[in-house]
Amino acid sequence: MIAFDEERLARLIRALPPAPEAWVRAAQELPLAKAGLDEIVARAEADAEFRARLVADLEAALAAEGYERDPAVIEALKVRFKSK
Amino acid sequence: MAQTLSDSELVARCRSGDQQAWAELVDRFSRYVYAISVQAFRLPEADAEDVFQEVFARAYEHLDGLRDDAAVRPWLGQLTRRLCIDRLRATSRERPTADEELDLAGSEETLTMLEDALTVHEALAATPEHCREILDRFFARDESYRTIGEALDLPAGTIASRISRCLGRLRELLEGRTQPDTPSSSR
Repeated sequence: MIAFDEERLARLIRALPPAPEAWVRAAQELPLAKAGLDEIVARAEADAEFRARLVADLEAALAAEGYERDPAVIEALKVRFKSK
Repeated sequence: MAQTLSDSELVARCRSGDQQAWAELVDRFSRYVYAISVQAFRLPEADAEDVFQEVFARAYEHLDGLRDDAAVRPWLGQLTRRLCIDRLRATSRERPTADEELDLAGSEETLTMLEDALTVHEALAATPEHCREILDRFFARDESYRTIGEALDLPAGTIASRISRCLGRLRELLEGRTQPDTPSSSR
């Protein structure tokens, strides 16, 4: 059994401060980002013209189509479509 | 911070697409992942943020591949350590780092301490809400008596004694465990 005197307990509670809220929120929203990503990829596969615009200028193409700017989705799409 | 589901129950729900469960899983392990990167590996904030997001992105993507749902805690710990080491190696290619510095990174002693800290935080989640709140605010969030008093509507003079009582309660809880060093799913 691990010994936990109160001084040690205090030290151990102190050792895990909260992560920055924005980081936690972004990680919690991953499923939503993933859903958005899947939708854009499916559309690009079905629509060659949309795909060409994504490759040419990803952020402009997404903005023009009214997609919300999500950094995680944009990074993933950049890798996928090797866009600028 | 209250934990009602075991780790394995939580993982099972995440796997079935329960978004609320995913949010809880991130919340449950966010401090641990964060602490490994900034305390054990001393990554700069920007690198720590990249590692943090990468850990949860990979966890989300590979949750189906986890053989034992109850082992999510060591799995995330291992994943975080690996990504921190990758990050340090990449950085040392750009800006040569002394070998000793890389060797010292992620010292076993700090990693073991963070494991114990997570065990304590899990036990803390099983204490009454007023204890959770005051201990977390005072120790983990480093809030003053005054801030705590205002937030919890408590006279400043009673805070120290409440902290002491709650620490005692937490200690009893931990010492009452037969296997305090087992994964959190055994709660």
